[in-house]
Amino acid sequence: MPEHLMCELSVPGRVGFRFPKPDVPLAPLPEGLTREQLPLPEMAEVDVVRYFTRLSQLNHSVDTGFYPLGSCTMKYNPKINEEAARLAGFAHLHPLQQVETTQGALAMMYTLQEWLKEIGGFAGVSLQPAAGAHGELTGVLIIRAYHTSRGDTQRTRILIPDSAHGTNPATSAMSGMEVVELRSDRRGNVDLQALRSHCDDTLAGLMLTNPNTLGLFDENLAEIIRLVHAAGGLVYGDGANMNALLGIVRPGDLGFDVLHYNLHKTFSTPHGGGGPGSGPVGVAAHLVDFLPDPILGILEEGDEEEDLPPFYGFVTPPRTIGRMKAFHGHFGMFVRAFTYIAMHGPQGLRAISDYAVLNANYLLARLRGTYHVPYDRICMHEFVLEGRWADAPDIHALDIAKRLMDFKFHPPTNYFPLIVHEALMIEPTETESKETLDAFADTLIQIAAEARSDPDLLKTAPHNTPYGRLDEVKAAKELVLCCVAEYTR
Amino acid sequence: MMYTPHTDADREAMLRTIGVKNIADLFQDVPAAHRFPELALPSAMTEMEILAELQALAWANDTARELICFLGAGAYNHYIPAAVDAILRRGEFYTAYTPYQPEISQGTLQAIFEYQSLIAGLTGMEVCNASHYDGATAVAEAVNMSHHHFRGKRPKVVLSPAVHPQYRDTVRTYTQDSDVVLVGDQGEVDPTANPQALLPLLDDTTSLVVVQYPDFFGRVFDYTDLAKAVHQAGGLLCVAVNPLALGLLKPPGEFGADIVTGEGQPLGIPLSYGGPYLGLFATRQEYVRRMAGRLVGETVDNRGQRAYVLTLTAREQHIRRERATSNICTNQGLMVLAATVYLSLLGKHGLRQVAELCYHKAHYAALRIASLRGYSLWSNEPFFNEFALRCPRPIDEVNDFLLDQGILGGYALGRDYPDFEKVMLLAVTEMNSKEDIDALVDVLREVSHA
Repeated sequence: MPEHLMCELSVPGRVGFRFPKPDVPLAPLPEGLTREQLPLPEMAEVDVVRYFTRLSQLNHSVDTGFYPLGSCTMKYNPKINEEAARLAGFAHLHPLQQVETTQGALAMMYTLQEWLKEIGGFAGVSLQPAAGAHGELTGVLIIRAYHTSRGDTQRTRILIPDSAHGTNPATSAMSGMEVVELRSDRRGNVDLQALRSHCDDTLAGLMLTNPNTLGLFDENLAEIIRLVHAAGGLVYGDGANMNALLGIVRPGDLGFDVLHYNLHKTFSTPHGGGGPGSGPVGVAAHLVDFLPDPILGILEEGDEEEDLPPFYGFVTPPRTIGRMKAFHGHFGMFVRAFTYIAMHGPQGLRAISDYAVLNANYLLARLRGTYHVPYDRICMHEFVLEGRWADAPDIHALDIAKRLMDFKFHPPTNYFPLIVHEALMIEPTETESKETLDAFADTLIQIAAEARSDPDLLKTAPHNTPYGRLDEVKAAKELVLCCVAEYTR
Repeated sequence: MMYTPHTDADREAMLRTIGVKNIADLFQDVPAAHRFPELALPSAMTEMEILAELQALAWANDTARELICFLGAGAYNHYIPAAVDAILRRGEFYTAYTPYQPEISQGTLQAIFEYQSLIAGLTGMEVCNASHYDGATAVAEAVNMSHHHFRGKRPKVVLSPAVHPQYRDTVRTYTQDSDVVLVGDQGEVDPTANPQALLPLLDDTTSLVVVQYPDFFGRVFDYTDLAKAVHQAGGLLCVAVNPLALGLLKPPGEFGADIVTGEGQPLGIPLSYGGPYLGLFATRQEYVRRMAGRLVGETVDNRGQRAYVLTLTAREQHIRRERATSNICTNQGLMVLAATVYLSLLGKHGLRQVAELCYHKAHYAALRIASLRGYSLWSNEPFFNEFALRCPRPIDEVNDFLLDQGILGGYALGRDYPDFEKVMLLAVTEMNSKEDIDALVDVLREVSHA
C-alpha cells in the first residue's frame, strides 16, 4: 500500500519537538514583516520517525544489497567513517572560527590534501569542489585561466570523447567553451585520427575519462596526451573511475594536467541518496597558482625536536580562479575519506583497485557468451554489455534492468554510454564477494533464458517490489511537484 | 584486506575463470613505465588506531559547542533534534544513490517530494528543486538560469553589496568566462543603503537582481517595492534566504520574488566546519523548465499506486549534455533529507518557536550591548537574529579577548568591507542562554575599558 504524505498525516495541534521557553524579555515583532501562515506539518515525533523509517524501507541501498551501478562505484561504506565525521570536535566547528581554534581540523585537511596529491601524482590539490561535476567546472575554469594568462584567448574548444559522462559537455558549455565531440575507435579508444584533426591553436584541452565509460584503459593514452600537449592544449582527467587506478598508475605521471577525484566513489564516502559528494581537484605544477581560493597551507613550520606541530591555515593561490562555493568544501566528507585512506595505507589502496578489477573481469568472464560484449577486452573496474538479442526482439536493456529488481539486485547503469546500443554498464566494486558475483551472474543468465522463453515476464517486471513500473509521462505532463496547498486548506 | 571479502581460494578460482595467472596481468594496458608506483603514504591503521588518532585531532579543536558561539555570517549553531540523525543514519537512505530506478527508490523519491513541498511552502514559491551544493552556488545557478531565460540578451546582473561576500565571489568565479556583467557591489552602491539604492542600476539589459533576506548584515527589508521595480524593468528578482528566519518572516513569494535561493544549513545540518550544507532553490512554475537540479513529480505505477519519479530530466546533463541547464549531477541528497526531517519534527509550531527564540535573544543581546560605552548598533533597521555592531577596537582584538574568556565572537566585517574595520557581525540563536549573552556583555564591557 502506498505511503501517505505528511500533509495527509498531519493533525492540527500535534507537536513533534519543543524548545525551552524564552529566558529573555520579549521584543516586539517587526511590524508588517511577519508571516501569517506556516504551511508545515503537525506530527508527533513517533509518527515522523515511523514515517521516514517506512520510507527508508522502500529503498534499495548498498547496505541492503548488491548495487552494481556503472561509473558510480557503489562500494561498501565503512561504519567507522560515520562515527569519525560525527565526533563533536569536528561536527560542531564553525567554518569562520579563528584558525587557532581549529588546528586539528586543518591538520586533517592538510594531510588529506597531501595524500590526494601523492595518490594522483599531482603538485597541488584543492579540496573545495562539492561534487564531481563541480570539480570539472573548477578544472575547466583553471584550464581557461591558464590559457588566458598566456595570451591564448583563442583557445576555446574542448574535445570530449563520445563515451564521456554527460557532465563533461555540460561543464564545458557552462564555462563558456565550445564542445567538440570525439568519436571512439573500434577498440573503444579515442580515435587518434579524429583527435589529430582537432589539434590546432583553438584547442583548450581534452576531457578524458580513463578508464573510460566502457571500463577500458585507453591503449593509446600516452600518444593522446602527447598530441594534445604538442598542440598547446591541456588534458583534463575525469576521476570518476579512479577506483581502477589506486596504486596502479598515477594520472599525474601519465601527463594529465588536471583531474577531479570523487571522494564519494573512490574513497567510500556514502552517496547519500544523491549526495553530498566531494570532488577535490588535483593539478600539475604549472596550474597550482590557479587553484580555487583557498587551499590549505602551513603558515609556520613546526619543530619536531621541540614537539611543536606546524601551524596550519588557509592560503590564497596567487592567480586563483576564485572561490567555487562558500567556506572550505565538504569537510564531513574529508573526515570520512581521511579515515578510509588511513585504514588502507599504500598496499590497501592497491588492493582496492586490484580486487575491483578482478571482480569486474570475473563477472565479464561469467557473462560473456550469454550477453554480447561490444568492446571485448580485459576491462578495468567496470564493463559494458548489450542488453539485446536477435532472437528476443522485444526485449530491451530496460526490461533486463527491471527484472533484476525481482531478485533484489540494483540494476546496472543502462542506456549509457550512448555509443553502445541497449547498454548495461556493470561496476561490481571490490567489496563484493565471489558468492554475490556468482548469484548476480546466475540471475543475469537466467534472465537471458527468460527473454526467449517468457519475454512477458521481463516486459512486466518488476513483480516482487513494493512498486511496479511508473508512468513517467504522466509525471512530466501533469507536473505535480508539491502538496503545499494541502497544508493551507 | 580491510573491506574485500576474497579468500585466497576465491581469488585463484576467479583468476582461473578469467584465464590469467595473477591480478597484475589484468593491467597490461597501463603504460609499463608508470605501472604500480610505490605510494608514499603511512602504512595501514586498524579501526581502533585510526579512531584514537581522529579523536586526538578532534580534541585539538575548540568547537562552537564548547565555546559560547556568537558567530554566524552564513552558518549557524542551532540545536538538531536527535531524531534527525537517527533517520540520516539509516543505511537505506545514506548508502543509496540518485533514485534513477523509481521502483526500488520510493523512499528517497517521496522524501524529496516532501522536501519540495516544505520548501515551497516556507518560501512561498511554487516549485523547488532538490538541490544545489550550498547557498553560494545556488545564487550562481540563479544567475545562470536568468541569463539563459533571457537568452543572453540581458547581460547585466545586479548584486546587492549586502549579499554574503562569499556568495558574490562564487558568482564571479562561475561567470568569469561568460558575458554576464556583474554590477552593484563594485562601489556603485553604498552597502549601508536600503534596497532603493539598487534602483538606478536597473535597465532593459538587467536580467536579475540579487538581494539577501535577512541581508548579510542581518537587516530585514520588505522587498515588495524592489520586486515591482525589477519587474517593471523586465528583469527577475532573486532573494537569498535564511530558511529558519522564514519561520517568522514574511515569505519572499509574498513580495514577488521570482527565484528564492538559500543556505539550508540552519535546518538540522551540523556546522561541520563549513560543509556539507544545502543549497535551496525555488521558483515560479513558469520557470520550471529553466531551473537546474533534480525534480520529483507525482505519478502512478502500473498497479495504480500513487508514486514518485524524477521528472523533467530532459533539462539535465545526462540527457541534454552540452545544452543542459547546468552540469549539476550529484547534489546534497542526504542534506535534503536532514532538512525534511527537521522541518517535519518542528512543524508549524516548532519552526515559529525557534525563529522567535532567535529573534528575542538577539534583540536582548543587541539592546544590552548597545547600552555599553563605546558600542553602538550599526543599523536601525529591523533584524532577525544577527546584527552588526560598532566596537571601540579592531574586531580581531575584540575576538582574541572574547576567546580568552571562552567566547567565539562575531564575524569581522572589515575582511570584506575595508571601511568596517571596527564593525562586528554577531549572531544569536536558541543555543545562547541569557547567561551566555550576559557573559558576552560583561566581556565586551571589559574590552572597551582595557
